[in-house]
Amino acid sequence: MPDLLSVRNLKIEATSYPPGEPPKTVTLVEGVNFDVQKGKVLGLIGESGAGKSTIGLTALAYGRGGVRITGGEVKLNGEDLLKLGPNGIRKVRGAKVCYVAQSAAAAFNPAHRLGEQVIEASLKHGIMSRAEAEKRALYLFKVLGLPSPETFGQRYPHQVSGGQLQRAMTAMALCPNPELIVFDEPTTALDVTTQIDVLAAIKHAIEETHTAALYITHDLAVVAQITDDILVLRHGKMIEYGSVKQIIEAPTQDYTRALVNVRGTRRDEAPDQTDTLLKVDNITAGYSNGFKVLQNVSLHLPKGQTLAVVGESGSGKSTLARVITGLLPPQEGTISFDGKALPKALKGRSNDELRRIQMIYQMADTAMNPRQTVRDIVGRPLTFYYGLRGREKTERVKELLEQIEMGGRFADRYPAELSGGQKQRVAIARALAAKPELILCDEPTSALDPLVAEGILKLLLKLQEETQVSYMFITHDIAIVRAIADSVAVMHRGRLVRFGPKSKVLSPPFDDYTDLLLKSVPEMEIGWLERVLTTRRMASAGN
Amino acid sequence: MRLSSIPVSAWVGILGIALAVFCALFAPIIAPYSESQIVGSVWEPIGGDYLLGTDNLGRDLFSRLIFGARTTIFVALAATVLSFSLGMLLSFTAAVTGGLIDQAFSRFNDLMMAIPTLIFALVVLAVLPQQLWILILVMAVLDSTRVYRIGRAVALDVAVMEFVEAARLRGEGTGWIIFREILPNTLSPLLAEFGLRFAFSILFLSTLSFLGLGIQPPAADWGGMVKDNKDGIIFGISAALIPGGAIAGLAICVNLVVDWLMKRTSSLKGGRGDA
Repeated sequence: MPDLLSVRNLKIEATSYPPGEPPKTVTLVEGVNFDVQKGKVLGLIGESGAGKSTIGLTALAYGRGGVRITGGEVKLNGEDLLKLGPNGIRKVRGAKVCYVAQSAAAAFNPAHRLGEQVIEASLKHGIMSRAEAEKRALYLFKVLGLPSPETFGQRYPHQVSGGQLQRAMTAMALCPNPELIVFDEPTTALDVTTQIDVLAAIKHAIEETHTAALYITHDLAVVAQITDDILVLRHGKMIEYGSVKQIIEAPTQDYTRALVNVRGTRRDEAPDQTDTLLKVDNITAGYSNGFKVLQNVSLHLPKGQTLAVVGESGSGKSTLARVITGLLPPQEGTISFDGKALPKALKGRSNDELRRIQMIYQMADTAMNPRQTVRDIVGRPLTFYYGLRGREKTERVKELLEQIEMGGRFADRYPAELSGGQKQRVAIARALAAKPELILCDEPTSALDPLVAEGILKLLLKLQEETQVSYMFITHDIAIVRAIADSVAVMHRGRLVRFGPKSKVLSPPFDDYTDLLLKSVPEMEIGWLERVLTTRRMASAGN
Repeated sequence: MRLSSIPVSAWVGILGIALAVFCALFAPIIAPYSESQIVGSVWEPIGGDYLLGTDNLGRDLFSRLIFGARTTIFVALAATVLSFSLGMLLSFTAAVTGGLIDQAFSRFNDLMMAIPTLIFALVVLAVLPQQLWILILVMAVLDSTRVYRIGRAVALDVAVMEFVEAARLRGEGTGWIIFREILPNTLSPLLAEFGLRFAFSILFLSTLSFLGLGIQPPAADWGGMVKDNKDGIIFGISAALIPGGAIAGLAICVNLVVDWLMKRTSSLKGGRGDA
């Protein structure tokens, strides 16, 4: 079969403008080759900065903000897209090649109805009449499993959920009957339980319409469910290119092997869970408008152990952390720490009570003052709680930086001069500096690439062994729970649905929500998606 | 910081300001005549017996320019610095504490801004005794309402960041949060405003002088000198343009320095290499 899309020797460059120096040309992508056959799906995978989105957009001969395609060829049905010129390429974009963006909420125009936006490209390109386009949109809404497909197009973007919006965007891309669709991380911003629906819908729709696709993601487990071939990228270069089976089961490169085994960390739970450090008793909390975010939540965390709090976004897990820190005083219930009741509000707590509970945030970028050096950031708790100054403080900062495996040479850097993983490590060092007994971790790894996240988790476990600190670890990722937790709390819509030791919570019999949550986490296994969908169908048939 | 890292434009600004400050400090020594002495006939041309000619009363323009630097720079700078200190302190406190204090400060500020500045200044200055420090204080208070507006807006953006929350969780006081966490992150827009406000202060001072409530004659100030000599322009006499040029020059110099400081403060890497 002839190749639908064939990319050869792709070279992509951008110009950077460091102030005070002449502009520099930076090569983003070099020497990339791949082919996509009709009806096949190719997965582009790599960490952030690997150039996967940039390569994906070359299928539309488009360079984002100053990015230039400077070499190679991108042939669609034997025609080089790079030589088409502005008018020629306009006939291809949105007609023969379509694009599905990561954030559907930002990509739809909030002022127009969804139906109009879905059929817009087909009408503009004169591919079909309005009646035909509306018929096709209805068909696609059905294929993608959208609720009440007849009236779905009448709604505005804010009236549907994130997962539905992402499916609507897929319908928009499929509507003009394109030959190729570029999916740019379509499920990354979604909850696991929603992600699986969207994945299934996309897979079904691709099969139904025989469209070829480029699927960009950083999650190998997701890409294994949906694609035929995989191209692994790093720093703009090809690492490995092969079939899904070969990449998952017999990777030849070290980097690919690391990606496949990234969720390898496992830890057994502590046998004795009685020596309670933190006790949350019957907490109800909410905002002044009367909306209750948390209702009757009770849980406890033993000394030197890890409690994982899981749930989808909006389940109240971050609010629970805010209640414990005192930022949001609860309306009912008590929190006791090391046997003593904690004052509800931040203002009522002594410095020592504050010192013993520290916090690590999801976005290390915003959690550190960009105008302070690493020395100031890590050193401030030392001065504030322990009165360390001068040489003593410098020594201790160096010690802490070595503890987080970075070393003293980073002390004079500003956060902007650190990578994402390094920033999170500095945030951990700042928490450690206070010598806390409990660290609240609010999704500290979810904004990081898988390999970097793995490093952070290992560091946290190592520090726990060294200092006997307890963690309350908020996450939506069951794989992380398996890796680090001793006990687990499952939250759903502000209520605690399940709480106990890890082995008990993560084994049957399950309640409905925990079951759904556990089954929605993609596994690094070909055919996982089909298996889950089959069991679901059987379950619903049985009802 | 090394001297070589200062760009040429900033050096021009620094030299300009240094020259003006030098004139202000050593005015009696440099100036060939005193500021109120009538030395020749009205509006003598440039380059004759007198370096920059004479003004509408026959006083030496060059001497008056030098003495004028004293009052102009001192009053405008003092008023601007004072208005910024006051405006920033109040606005940051409002942004950090929020609630009732924020409402009280902000609504009072709105009240002050609702009264036209010039009329307000005229009324207050007419009632109070005509002393220099009262003039400075009135200018500062009136200007600080504008600073408050901007200060509160930029501080609110920073106050909701997680590193401020982290500082609160650490138990830091309001003082630390204002001066160490928020101030360094809001310096850029405030410095830009400072450059602008300084120029406005000079203009406001000359307006007040024009109305007889600013610097009292025969003391010289640049704005007042423009006013004194403005009629000469009709007869093709350029005397008014010289103090006008001095005002423009000083404002530009201040802004050149501010631009450089702004570039330094907006760099997230401490001004090392790329910004």
